[in-house]
Amino acid sequence: MSVLIYTESENGKFKKTAFELASYAREIANTMGTSLTAVAVNAENAGELAQYGVDKTLMVSSEELKNFNAKAYADVVAQAAKKEGSEVVVVSSSANAKYLAPELAIKLEAGYAPNTVALPESTSPFKVKRTAFTNKAFNFTEISTAVKLIGLSKNAFGLKEAQGEGTVEDFAPELEAGDFAIEVVSVDKVSGKVTIADAETVVSGGRGLKGPENWGMIEELAEVLGAATACSKPVSDLGWRPHSEHVGQTGKPVASNLYIAVGISGAIQHLAGINASKTKVVINNDPEAPFFKAADYGVVGDAFEVVPQLIEKLKTFKANNA
Amino acid sequence: MKILVCISHVPDTTSKINFTDGDSTFDTNGVQFVINPNDEFGLTRAMWFKEKQGASVTVVNVGEADTEPTLRKALAIGADEAIRVNAHPTDGFFVARQLAKVAKDGGYDLIIAGRESIDYNGGMVPGMLASLIDANFVNTCISLEVEGNEATAIREIDGGKETVKTKLPLVVGGQKGLVEEKDLKIPNMRGIMMARKKQLTVLEPEAAESRTKAVSFEKPAPKGEVKLVSPDNLDELIDLLHNEAKVI
Ligand SMILES: Cc1cc2nc3c(=O)[nH]c(=O)nc-3n(C[C@H](O)[C@H](O)[C@H](O)COP(=O)(O)OP(=O)(O)OC[C@H]3O[C@@H](n4cnc5c(N)ncnc54)[C@H](O)[C@@H]3O)c2cc1C
Ligand SMILES: Nc1ncnc2c1ncn2[C@@H]1O[C@H](COP(=O)(O)O)[C@@H](O)[C@H]1O
Repeated sequence: MSVLIYTESENGKFKKTAFELASYAREIANTMGTSLTAVAVNAENAGELAQYGVDKTLMVSSEELKNFNAKAYADVVAQAAKKEGSEVVVVSSSANAKYLAPELAIKLEAGYAPNTVALPESTSPFKVKRTAFTNKAFNFTEISTAVKLIGLSKNAFGLKEAQGEGTVEDFAPELEAGDFAIEVVSVDKVSGKVTIADAETVVSGGRGLKGPENWGMIEELAEVLGAATACSKPVSDLGWRPHSEHVGQTGKPVASNLYIAVGISGAIQHLAGINASKTKVVINNDPEAPFFKAADYGVVGDAFEVVPQLIEKLKTFKANNA
Repeated sequence: MKILVCISHVPDTTSKINFTDGDSTFDTNGVQFVINPNDEFGLTRAMWFKEKQGASVTVVNVGEADTEPTLRKALAIGADEAIRVNAHPTDGFFVARQLAKVAKDGGYDLIIAGRESIDYNGGMVPGMLASLIDANFVNTCISLEVEGNEATAIREIDGGKETVKTKLPLVVGGQKGLVEEKDLKIPNMRGIMMARKKQLTVLEPEAAESRTKAVSFEKPAPKGEVKLVSPDNLDELIDLLHNEAKVI
């Protein structure tokens, strides 16, 4: 018996979600009176996981697995779960985790509850709370299979340090040719830029910004805050910004700590996708804009005046608080 | 090429979400149902294959009789025929099992589904289906080309995109980008007339268990009032974000 997490890394470094998964799964393991194992692929510094309560890390080092490959990675996690006799397996909500989870669920004959936002309500029956209707509601889901697969929403649990010594074990899963039937030809990824998925803060612009030539200040505001940039759907439909920045019900979900919306009206479809963010700020010159009903803080004003001032003030703030 | 497009039938994006029976059931009262937005992109891409490369397009839904208008709409957009598996879609695994049966029996080369349904946001049916029928699978697919037995797809990843090559049979989890928004097909009068004559086959479900059960729902706690900050006093905003919200 054990709880297993699949900890993601990039260029050898664990992602923050890896520590969040560890913190979350540690509590489940405690409740169930069992141990916590992590499985990691081509990562360094497994000791970092121990700081968040991981008892044992199965470390896979493989040239074949250099690029993410959903089927092969699902195979790795499934073999780790079988070896450990894991009853609960937890993965993140990254694009890659959501890609491999359904395959993993079939391999483990597990019921899968994605977008889970809290510790299980009960472990017998096994019941979790997840978002549904794109953040317009929560749903309590019972998983009835022997093995349970949970997809944890980003930022839903936070980090909790734990005491303990973790061990590391080399793990060599058996992979088959069929695992590599999807061949990665090229990866086009902006390096050095924070992604919406990983960002603590997201700065988002809407049609109120009038045109793509005005995005300089959005990018600058994002840079000062170490934030990712995003946009409303019409902005990407108009080609002002890439599709990958479109957030909302039909775009990317945002679950950051801080979401700043500039010149965005706050349509229901937009709000649905960003409601999981903790603190929301709106800057809009129309006090009647629906976003003011959804936001925590608001500035009624012209973005072209407010944003440049905010950038300057934030720079001063950062300089004083460095 | 034989294409199967999986269509889920979901509340329109503007729907207010409410529950009945002691918060155990989604209240469909006054809710308008539509083709899941992600599936609309997939369906239009399938029509492109039909027009340019001579494919046949079947649409399928696992649902009760009330989903038929959604399937008729897909026929009006141009699908050749429709299949409804007559069952309440209790969970993603159950639906994937039903679709796997349809997919195997029909011998489809390409199965286009959506990245996720906007109702339960499961994002699991396409991947489970691919796994059950041992087909290749590309998720968050934003571009798809097929030549003979070979497919080239672009998939959205966190922070960028990735181009992959694979072989048919293939299942994709599609989304916006598969076609452009402005190219989405909408039914015209002729399409609607023709759809009435097209075949809509109703199949009885296979015995399959559900592995998860939605037991109850809860609405998010109502939000407090927004705190307004004057544009002349942005220091206050910074102060609130730093000391109150603790996010900067
Ligand atoms: C099926 C479907 C799915 C959808 N999915 C999504 C989705 O996923 N994401 C999404 O975002 N939308 C989505 N939409 C679109 C959504 O309904 C809205 O149309 C969209 O969010 C509006 O974008 P916007 O706020 O940028 O533009 P607008 O609604 O045009 O709002 C612009 C805002 O800018 C303000 N403004 C103007 N000038 C200034 C200025 N100088 N300074 C400050 N503020 C200014 C205005 O007061 C206004 O509130 C969807 C719609 C449909 C039908
Ligand atoms: N009941 C259903 N009938 C047919 N296809 C479905 C059904 N449910 C989900 N799908 C397909 O699977 C995709 C992902 O759905 P889900 O896993 O429910 O988020 C949808 O976009 C559809 O293409």
